[in-house]
Amino acid sequence: MIEVNKITYDYIVRDENDEIEDSVRAVNEVSLNIAQGEFICVLGHNGSGKSTLAKTLNAILLPTFGEVLVMGMNTRDETCTLEIRKNVGMVFQNPDNQIVSNVVEEDVAFGPENLGVPTEEIIARVAKACERAGIAEKRMMSPNQLSGGQKQRVAIAGVLAMHSKCIVLDEATAMLDPIGRKDVMRTLISLNKEDGITIVLITHYMEEAINADRVIVMDQARIVMEGTPKEVFSQPERIRRYGIDVPQVTELAEALMKRGVALPKGILTTEELISELKNRKA
Amino acid sequence: MSLKIEKLNYIYNAGTVLESYAVKDVSFEIQKGESVGIIGRTGSGKSTLIQHFNGLLKATRGTVLFDGKNIAEKGYSLKNLRKKVGLVFQYPEYQLFEETVIKDVAFGPRNQGADEQQAMLKAQNALRMTGVSEELYNKSPFELSGGQKRRVAIAGVLAMEPEYLILDEPTAGLDPRGRDEILNMVAELRERIGIAVVLVSHSMEDVARYVDRLLVLHHGELVYDAPPREVFRHAEELEKIGLSAPQMVYAARALREAGYALPEDLINVDEVADELMKLL
Repeated sequence: MIEVNKITYDYIVRDENDEIEDSVRAVNEVSLNIAQGEFICVLGHNGSGKSTLAKTLNAILLPTFGEVLVMGMNTRDETCTLEIRKNVGMVFQNPDNQIVSNVVEEDVAFGPENLGVPTEEIIARVAKACERAGIAEKRMMSPNQLSGGQKQRVAIAGVLAMHSKCIVLDEATAMLDPIGRKDVMRTLISLNKEDGITIVLITHYMEEAINADRVIVMDQARIVMEGTPKEVFSQPERIRRYGIDVPQVTELAEALMKRGVALPKGILTTEELISELKNRKA
Repeated sequence: MSLKIEKLNYIYNAGTVLESYAVKDVSFEIQKGESVGIIGRTGSGKSTLIQHFNGLLKATRGTVLFDGKNIAEKGYSLKNLRKKVGLVFQYPEYQLFEETVIKDVAFGPRNQGADEQQAMLKAQNALRMTGVSEELYNKSPFELSGGQKRRVAIAGVLAMEPEYLILDEPTAGLDPRGRDEILNMVAELRERIGIAVVLVSHSMEDVARYVDRLLVLHHGELVYDAPPREVFRHAEELEKIGLSAPQMVYAARALREAGYALPEDLINVDEVADELMKLL
């Protein structure tokens, strides 16, 4: 689906004479293959390069060096930009920056309208997208009457309505309440499992990473860990060195181990913990 | 010393067909030095409520009393109130604007009439309290990391030496380390200078760890006002109103169902671990 070939991205600060004043390397020689239907979670502290990497996935940013290929299309090739963005939709952290219309359903229709989808189909797509994002009853409202969490679901519905094959979410759940977050996660999991939509989820909520096929940890512009959630969260000390954390149940298992209970590493769910505790007794 | 809210109502589009209550008949009192959490799903009225605390919004009905005085009375100095009740908005780093960190933090006290030297002293003091290191004072706030920017923004409010610090989702968008640092810093402030802290949060884990008292809002109404341990006994009710209990509440419940007789009021990882050890 997406091939990231050894990309580097430098943010360049220029002075008034257009001379380079300063440059910051946000992504440093990162390679990553994302398969169709994969659910990938990207973790890392603020400033580790996650968002920059995400923005290279649909040509919002072009890498300084290296290449990003989306379904074989190079993001540098401007003739492919529209097709790339149609296939890789993006949802950002702050919903206020991504609302364009006065009415929720017009906002959701904005993407497919731009793609030239026939009106009848737009209506059907918008209805379905609003339903799946849990904002069906808000369809006729003005987005500025919605709360932050509701606005975010409007943005997600907008991507769903474009029928993107891949959705990249850049901390899209950061501003949501617990149920809003759960609803979004449920939607993402069902889009992934049932419709085979590729999900790239950037998050600071470790619990959301449990659902991923693969977890990627970034630190200082590089990928420093990569594996299944179990593999990655089996190394709590290392994880914390990178400024992130482990899920709460993993932390509980760790607390028990510190108190002398013999348990395997990388316990992610309560069910696992219980069965390991019972095994221990047997 | 207290901040008292009495039968507070805030109505959007009052008198029209679109009339809706953002805050409805809410009453409570926060004493100096308390630590209080406010939870509620997005749109439940949390942000609207806290904007009444320092007179940014004017109640449609009901009163806000600070130290016994009605802040809506004629002649009441809102300027003074805003000095005593400091409000840190969501994503406060977007409100940084000065050329240097120290100037940004000194803006508040200067605006309140402090001379240059006083303002600088207060700014330095506030930056020390929020753990911003001295070498950053003369940097542009825009060069800092997300967590650092947020500390600077909080320092900007602390520089006015408030007695109440109201934080609207101070950890949203921060990585786990940044989150812990900010919350530990706030807890420490409270211990050291006795400032009252009101923490609006979407993280049940954070309020379980950091506050002594929890207010729960639903459709603008106050539905719980109790210690977190008591509130989180009502996991089902909380779920019905778009919230949840901390994850450890669910873990402890699953463990109980699996035959581990844990007490029913555990909310933190260490508590569950300690109690579980007694049973293994």
